[in-house]
Formats: sequence, C-alpha cells, structure tokens
Amino acid sequence: MNRLFRRVLRDRTTMAGLILLSFVLLAALSAPLLSIDPAEVRIDRRLMPPSSDAWFGTDRLGSDIFTSIVLGAGITLLIAGITVAIGVLIGVPIGLVAGYYRNWFSDALMRIADIALAIPQIVLAIALTQAFGPSIKSVVLALSLTYWPLWARLVYAETRSIRNEIFIESAVALGVPARRVMVLHILPSVASSIVVRTSIGVGVTILAATTLSFLGLGAPPPTPEWGRMIAESREYLPEAWWYPLAPGMAIFLTVLGCYLFGDGLRDILDPRTRETL
Amino acid sequence: MRMRAEGVMSTWLSLVTNRLIWLPPTLLGLLAFVFVLSRVVPVDPAVLAAGENATASQVEEVRQRFGLDQSLPLQFIHYLRDVLHGDLGTSFYTRQPIVHDLIVRIPATLELALVAVLLAALFGIPLGVLAGLNRNSWLDHAVRLFSVFSLALASFWIALQLQFLFSMKLGWLPLSGRIDGFAPDAVTGFVVLDAVIAGDGELVVSALQHLVLPAATLALLTAATLLRFARNSVINVSTSPAVAYQSAMGLPRRVIVWKYILRMALSATVTQLGLSLGFLLTGSLVVETIFDWPGLGGYAVQSILYSDYNAIMGVTLCVGALFAGFNLLVDILQLAIDPRGEA
Repeated sequence: MNRLFRRVLRDRTTMAGLILLSFVLLAALSAPLLSIDPAEVRIDRRLMPPSSDAWFGTDRLGSDIFTSIVLGAGITLLIAGITVAIGVLIGVPIGLVAGYYRNWFSDALMRIADIALAIPQIVLAIALTQAFGPSIKSVVLALSLTYWPLWARLVYAETRSIRNEIFIESAVALGVPARRVMVLHILPSVASSIVVRTSIGVGVTILAATTLSFLGLGAPPPTPEWGRMIAESREYLPEAWWYPLAPGMAIFLTVLGCYLFGDGLRDILDPRTRETL
Repeated sequence: MRMRAEGVMSTWLSLVTNRLIWLPPTLLGLLAFVFVLSRVVPVDPAVLAAGENATASQVEEVRQRFGLDQSLPLQFIHYLRDVLHGDLGTSFYTRQPIVHDLIVRIPATLELALVAVLLAALFGIPLGVLAGLNRNSWLDHAVRLFSVFSLALASFWIALQLQFLFSMKLGWLPLSGRIDGFAPDAVTGFVVLDAVIAGDGELVVSALQHLVLPAATLALLTAATLLRFARNSVINVSTSPAVAYQSAMGLPRRVIVWKYILRMALSATVTQLGLSLGFLLTGSLVVETIFDWPGLGGYAVQSILYSDYNAIMGVTLCVGALFAGFNLLVDILQLAIDPRGEA
C-alpha cells in the first residue's frame, strides 16, 4: 500500500487528477464559510462582466458567479457520490454472482443489466421528475438505475476470466463455500478494476447529472447547480459571454480530475498500458 | 480449410441466434419498465387526452375508449397485442399515430448520428492508430491529451460555445434547425439526400450548414472514445507475443503493421463504433434540444412534458430497438473481421 502511495505521488497524470479533485473538494468543504447568500437578488449588480469585485462576473439576478460555483461543488459531488455508491453496491454483487455461476440465471442477470443500460437516461429522468418533482432525488434515482450495469458488466467479465484460474478451482475443490470464494478470492483480484472504473464513473456521473440539471430536471432554484447556470445563461448570449464560461470550466476541470486520476491509477495498477505523460 | 470455415459459420450462427432469442425479452422488459413508470406519473392521461375544456362525462368516455379504466396488467397486454400488430397507439398531443410520428422523426436523428459517427471515425481511428504505433511520441501525447480533454467536456456546453462562436459572433453557420426555407420532398427522409435528389444546390448547402455544429458536437465525444480505443488496441496487439514472434522472424514492419496489427486492432474498434452509435442516439437527445433538431430527442422531451405516455413508450421502444439492432450488427461485423468467435 505504501509503495502504491509513493507511485501515485511520482505519477504525473495521477497527481494532476488528485490536485484537481482536491480543489473541488476544498471548494465544497469551504462553501459554508462563505458569508454571501446566493439567493439574494441584487438587481443593481446583474450581468456584470468579470472584475476584481466579481471574479467570474455576476448572473441575471446579480449573484456572484464565483460564489455560486463554490456552492455548486458540494451538490455536484453529493449527487455523484450517492449515485456511484448505489451503482457499486448493486453492480458489484450482481456481476460477481453472474460471473461465478454459468447458468440461465446469470444469463438473465446480465440481460437485465443490458435492459437497464438501454433505457435512455433522460427519458427516465424526465418521467421520474414528473413523479417526484424536479429534485436531487429524481436525478440520483435516474442515474443509479441506469449506471449500475457499468460495474456489473466489468465485474462479470473479470470474474468470468479468472473463474477458471487454478487458485479459484483449488478453493472450490477444497470445499470453500461459493460466497466465501467470491468475497475472499475473486473480489480482491477485481478490486483494482473496480477502483479505476469508480473514479472514471464519478466523472461520467457528474457529466450526466449536469446534463439533467441543464434540461431543468435537477434541483429547483435557488440551489446553485452548474448545469442549470449554463441553461440560464442561454438567454443572455452573446452579450454575457462570461455567464456560461465559469460553470462550464468547473464541470470540465472536475470531470477531468476524475478521468486523470482513474487513468493514472489504471496505469499504475496495470503496468502493461503504462505510459509517461 | 473447409472444416474451419464450417466451424466459423456455426459459431456465427449460434451467436446471432443467441442474440436474436434475447432480443424480444430485452425489449419486453424495457417496455414493461417504462409502462409501469409512465403509470406512476400522477397525471391522469384521460384528462389530458380529453382536452382542457372536457366535462367529467367526456373524460369518462375517453377513459373507456382508450381502455384506461382497465387494470394495469390488462392494459399492458392490450398494448403488447397492438405493438405486435405494428400499432403503437395514438399520440394524445399530435393526434397522429405514434408510428407515423416516429417514422417522420427517425431519419432526422439517424442522419445526425450517422454523420457524427462518420466524422468521428474518419478523424478518430487514424489518429488513434498513429498514436498507438508511435507510442510515447509527441503525437501520442497530444492525441491522448485531446481525447481526455474532450471526454471531460459537457456536450451541452460545447454546443452552446459553438453556437456562440460560429453563429452568434462570426455568423458563419446557422444557430439551429435543419434547413432554411421549405424542406425538399421527403424521399429518403435524410434532408441532405433529398435536396440532392431534388437537384437544388442551395438547399444542399443549407442542409449541410445546419448539420455542421450539431454533428461536430456529437462527433467530438465519439472521436475521443474511438481514438482511445484504437490506440489501446494497437498497443495491446503490438506488445503481444504473436507480433514479437513475427518481428523475430524478420517480417518487414510494414507487413506486420498492415496485416496483423491493424486487422486485429480494428476488430475491437468496430465493437466500440457500434456501441458509440447506440450512445450517440441518447446523446443526440440533448444536442437535438439545443439545436432545435426535429428528431426523436425533441419528440421524447415533448411527449414527456405533455404526459403523452403512448408516445413515451413508442420512443423508448424505438431507441431500445435501434440500440439492440446496432449491437447485433456490430457482433456480425466483428465476426467478419476476426473469426475467432465468441464475442
């Protein structure tokens, strides 16, 4: 573990990702320290270009865009965190079981995964929004219902490929119960892939969640959401060019952080594809 | 040799049969899921269908006419029976048969998705292959950087920035829509082709201009995926024992690259291409909304806004079937390139 940690520190890609993610986390954690209320309407300050007073400019209600971005970081991370946690908790066990056994049941499990993956996320999200109203809950539900197959398929494929390895077969031959084989022998071998997929999965989830909030399916105002800020800015283009710029960059840098971290981690864990960047 | 060919044929057949057997249950599951979901919605479809000024008795009449007074399982079975007869019901909103609505809109979405995939493949695959063959060169670094950057960009944001730059600021390209003025007679449903058939040069240019921004938005993401895939499979094959053996045998590099590396690497990339096409279909829903593209995406959003549940189910079935169809096509294609079987 210590060696892994030192390799992370030496690897530039992973470090770049780690630094970006730390920034976002820091922003999310420091948000409560901000003394400004984002819901406060200050018409005299509306649609001001970036200045020393408002670093990223102000929005249609006169709120400071920088403040909104910092406040939005926590919501973005919260949505992505819960969604990915649900995805892992549903997907990993299903992938393990379906990969371990070779019968109609495991086939059926993977078909269910295919169905879930084939549901257009946006369609599901809009339907859920109608049932529960636009909220973080609808977004998390729509995304986790469609994302768990990503982990299920990964774990399924990896389990299948090591199912016939000698160390697994000998465990089975020694009479180790199936559940124990899966948790103690297979799971540790596929764990590194799960970690990598999860890091990249957080990035993918953030993109999807901001897309949903862009379409007006996320939390209603005044909750500052990056996607909705971009949607609001459409009316004020091309004059207020700064309006969509900062939220877009916030999404980009956060997702980039997840991807770089995941990519770098994969290269460290699987030396075959390692490269220098 | 002949025996080998027969073996390949039978693997191919069993694979395709396996996929075809699973296709109906997959679509059935998808429909059942969306059906249940659309009935959870706390909006009474009969009230919507009857119109705003309908009296209570009119609403009841509509409820009976559409069978909305029956139990849910019964409604679902009736719906399935109709689907098997090629009838997806009538839209409460457009008052047209759903099948008609879909047929009008499918070509627009397909046109956009196909152009985007084509652009992405033309751009992404060669770049990815070059990067993979020249691993760790400056080209490789640049290509990798480009790919990870584009994957991290939100497509709706890129769409907005492209609109801002190329239509609002520079005025080079149209902001939204599919064509200026009247569309040519629909022969294929693909506006560009229809304009060519109509022989109207101005319309062809207009249709192409309208395609540029939405297609570029979609292509950027797909190109980045394809590029990574092509690069990684080239590297995987290049570092395989088979290629090491061929170099040791003194085969010229050119032969190894063209005959072995590219062929094996492309098989994996083709799979990715098919998957991308499926994801493009869903991705195009957002891009269509931003560019007012009259395809399935706009239809899906509209039908959901009006609780037009027949239309919602129709769109879902349509997208699901297209998705499954592309995946099947990919399996078949992949076997043609790499006959080792079992995908």
